[in-house]
Amino acid sequence: MIGAGLVRGLRLTLRTFFKKSVTVQYPHVKEDHAPRTRGVIALKEENCTVCMLCARECPVWCIFIEGYKDQGPPRREGGKPRLAQKLDRFDIDYSLCMYCGICVEVCPFDALFWSPEYEYSEPRIADLLHDKTQLGAWMQTVPERPALEQGAEIKKGRDRSSSAG
Amino acid sequence: MDIVIKLLVMAVIVPTSAAVFVYLFLYKTMAHMQQRLGPMEAGPHGSLQLIAEGLKFLQKEDLFPRRADRLVFGYAPVVVLASTFLMFVVVPASPDLVLADLDTGILYVMAVASLSTIGVIMAAWGSANKYSLLGGLRAAAQLVAYEVPLVLAVLGVVIQAGSLSLSQIVEAQAGSIWFILPQLIGFAVFLVAAQAELTQTPFDMPVAETELVAGYLTEYSGFRFLLFFLAELATAAVLSAVAVTLFLGGWHLPFVELRGTAANVIAPIVFSAKTLFVAFVIFWVRFSVPRLREDQLQALAWKVLIPLTLINLVVTAVLKVAV
Repeated sequence: MIGAGLVRGLRLTLRTFFKKSVTVQYPHVKEDHAPRTRGVIALKEENCTVCMLCARECPVWCIFIEGYKDQGPPRREGGKPRLAQKLDRFDIDYSLCMYCGICVEVCPFDALFWSPEYEYSEPRIADLLHDKTQLGAWMQTVPERPALEQGAEIKKGRDRSSSAG
Repeated sequence: MDIVIKLLVMAVIVPTSAAVFVYLFLYKTMAHMQQRLGPMEAGPHGSLQLIAEGLKFLQKEDLFPRRADRLVFGYAPVVVLASTFLMFVVVPASPDLVLADLDTGILYVMAVASLSTIGVIMAAWGSANKYSLLGGLRAAAQLVAYEVPLVLAVLGVVIQAGSLSLSQIVEAQAGSIWFILPQLIGFAVFLVAAQAELTQTPFDMPVAETELVAGYLTEYSGFRFLLFFLAELATAAVLSAVAVTLFLGGWHLPFVELRGTAANVIAPIVFSAKTLFVAFVIFWVRFSVPRLREDQLQALAWKVLIPLTLINLVVTAVLKVAV
């Protein structure tokens, strides 16, 4: 019938008119983020061994690391102090970062984590270079690791609960 | 003194109605029909957004294209707006609340409504721009084509009421029934033609942005563009008001006798409510359907609407004489 499409269209818009809007009033109301949101990368400094894997794997070379050798705590009471690598500098340049997450993926000592925070824009582009203090501060926003799936086994010799933020 | 007051009333009513329409329909209705909220920040529910927008337009530079015909280009928006102003004058909002109760009211409305075509052609010619010119030509063809069914649809009402005066047409409806019932075809055609006269989707070929940038509006900016915009929305208001007057009983409320002072208080409210309802229907269609092709648009006017209204006119005339 001629005009049936017109009526269908009008009905659709009228129904939408009385539906609740999907808009979220952003600065006043914030949307819940997905559980694995990639907002910003946080650094847990004491886990880092300056192995440089993250810096080398980074496709856009946005991670800058400098480190030095230092004495760490002995393995046993009264033992010989061990060698440890400490960080001088660990910077991520978020003006370059493309949020691929390879660094988080590749880190063998669980020193890097995804945080859902996203409000860190800066008027000066240079301020997007986050140093290790700033990256450490993001650790507080890292969510708890999601519980393991039913039937999954915990790896031997690793305490999952302490490695997360 | 009288004339000054009337001019002041007009100077208030036209921009106000345009502002109300922009806020209610372009900002809010359209947004909600698209599951958005529209402007929310300036004032409660974004009601002061228009002040921001108006100030923005006023701040802009008054641009003239280098090869434009300055006089024609400059005055085109004024001509379009003048047509809108003139239409407002005769619409009765209550038994006494009418600026000029002309005996030939509806004829006058139809006459001054077509003035805007001249303004549009002036804008198209004066801009010295091919998009403007093509848009203006389309607008002229469209406005002329749809003027005919508009007038024919109105004629049915005129025959039935036996008068050209808008006040008397309302009185005639108060005496019997609203003309939407016997003149349902006329009402439908009037709404379609009004949509085309307003160059709104689905009849917005003159300003089809995918083809013509913005048609005859392409070269306009700042205050002159604001005038065009004001005219478009105020015309939407006045055409809805005319539709209400002709078909929906104007300020008349069924089953309630309005007399004296009470009539002059309640009637404008009733009238505004009806006008907003008709306008809602017009804008609802605008927000729902895509635009027609140029030949479809012309075919609808000449092959469908005009024969339909002609038949309607003849039947009305025969019944008027016979019954």
